[in-house]
Amino acid sequence: MSASSDLNVAYVARLARITLTEDEAKTFQKQLDDVLKYVEKLRELDVTGVDPATHALPVFNVLRDDAPSDWFTAEQALSNAPRQGDGLFIVPKVVE
Amino acid sequence: MIGNELPALSIADLQLLLRRREISPREVINVLRERIEAVDGNLGAYVSLDVEAALKEAERANVDLALGGVPIAIKDIINVMGEPCTCASKILNGYRAPYDATVIQKLRAAGALPFGKTNLDEFAMGSSTENSALKSTRNPWDLSRVPGGSSGGSAAAVAADEAFGALGSDTGGSVRQPAALCGVVGLKPTYGRVSRFGLVAFASSLDQIGPVTKSVRDAALILNAIAGHDPQDSTSLNEPVPDYVAGLGNSLRGIRLGVPKEYLIEGIDPQVRAAIDAAVKQLNSLGAEMVEISLPSTEYAVAVYYIIATAEASANLARFDGVRYGYRAENPRDVLDLYGRTREEGFGPEVKRRIILGTYVLSSGYYDAYYLRAQKVCQLIRRDFTSAFEKVDALISPTSPVAAFKLRERVADPLQMYLADVFTIAANLAGICGISVPCGFAALDGHRLPIGLQLLGKPLDEARILQIAHAYEQSTDWHKARPAIASSLPKQ
Repeated sequence: MSASSDLNVAYVARLARITLTEDEAKTFQKQLDDVLKYVEKLRELDVTGVDPATHALPVFNVLRDDAPSDWFTAEQALSNAPRQGDGLFIVPKVVE
Repeated sequence: MIGNELPALSIADLQLLLRRREISPREVINVLRERIEAVDGNLGAYVSLDVEAALKEAERANVDLALGGVPIAIKDIINVMGEPCTCASKILNGYRAPYDATVIQKLRAAGALPFGKTNLDEFAMGSSTENSALKSTRNPWDLSRVPGGSSGGSAAAVAADEAFGALGSDTGGSVRQPAALCGVVGLKPTYGRVSRFGLVAFASSLDQIGPVTKSVRDAALILNAIAGHDPQDSTSLNEPVPDYVAGLGNSLRGIRLGVPKEYLIEGIDPQVRAAIDAAVKQLNSLGAEMVEISLPSTEYAVAVYYIIATAEASANLARFDGVRYGYRAENPRDVLDLYGRTREEGFGPEVKRRIILGTYVLSSGYYDAYYLRAQKVCQLIRRDFTSAFEKVDALISPTSPVAAFKLRERVADPLQMYLADVFTIAANLAGICGISVPCGFAALDGHRLPIGLQLLGKPLDEARILQIAHAYEQSTDWHKARPAIASSLPKQ
């Protein structure tokens, strides 16, 4: 592993639920170390007292009425599922 | 006018024929299909085309509506009911959209016919369309070069007369940069101007949908149809929508244009630089006043972008887990194996890189150093624009520092690819609007490669940048030039 940043690609990939091959992890490590080195330039700036930007234009408290409305049927919602049955998404067993 | 010349028309000119009943919407679809069949094998702009559905819709089209009977190509990251929406990713293999995005509903309400889904960098992550898992798209001006990205399919289709107009999406320049590299017009509206409901999310605080067209007038026509408030997108602005065509043709007298001194720096191709200098003179001769201004924080825009955009992408792309739609790895051992292998096998390298970077900059212990700091610098970039717009009506820069580069030239070096977006990214971070309009050609290896001029405007000031871009366009011939591929077919 490269020592030029704190990033451990293999570890972060596990957090992101991506099963990388060793070769990929090695390539990404080098490439992302370069990117992280580049973004180091943000440290040059003094940001004391600056509020973080969130959304580009001020839109606050966007709420809709809490009322039911028609949207997908169960059949439509399941129409793209890789596995489904009895109106449910089928996944490997999660709890013993 | 049937056959070879028809696909070269602008939307506005096509509408004249449709409204005089000189051609029917069905004939338009058929002519366009022939054109696509003849050209797209070399170009690769489209990833899917549903001729039957379009012909059926054309049957009912009301040509007197704002975009009545006009086919519009759609970047394959926007949901069109019943059609695939691949995002150029293996992970959405087999997915069919069960609903229309708001922009598609609005296009249909204006009488337009969504026709054809165009290629892109996977999940709109890239600047060359080379990150597509489906196919490569080539630049119509030189087939050995990239069309730009991520809306490269939309830009190539419009440039090669395979589409009258198209929709793209722009998170860091993905409409404007491919428009520049393909010699067409690309508009990124103000954040919140156009609903993203039904656009597959990449970086939610930056994404906007915008038109790619042959003329500035056509961009205004499409924006008229797609702009406006949508309760389905909580970031959508509830502001009146002006008629964007109405102000076209107004004089530039009294308009003040800012030339940011930071934008004409080293790294710009000399031919691009010369074209921008000439465009500045041209705008000046049309009555606009030029003012040198400074945007000191914009040199940090690329760094800020690759933290904020990847952070948001890592959260947005968590939904692709092999459970509800698309690809799933075979024979998973358990649910973690299902997630891990589905995402490993389903995502391409650039998407994985960005998810990993985004996960890292949000992770405990690094959040403050990366994500929070990037958000603060983003605020400084916005302040630069706010104070610049106190002095000027719009800003001018190149859209891209270089003309179209060679296929494969930048693939191995993600950072070099990222730096291609140096002039476009700040507009997304600041939430302002921007347009790219053709402003000349670079001569490279015996090919003419288009150069784009970028105009950036105040929030919700699309009408102003359209007016300026239109005045410039109409005073030059750049938009009339067509690539050889557009005239290479035998006359019928």
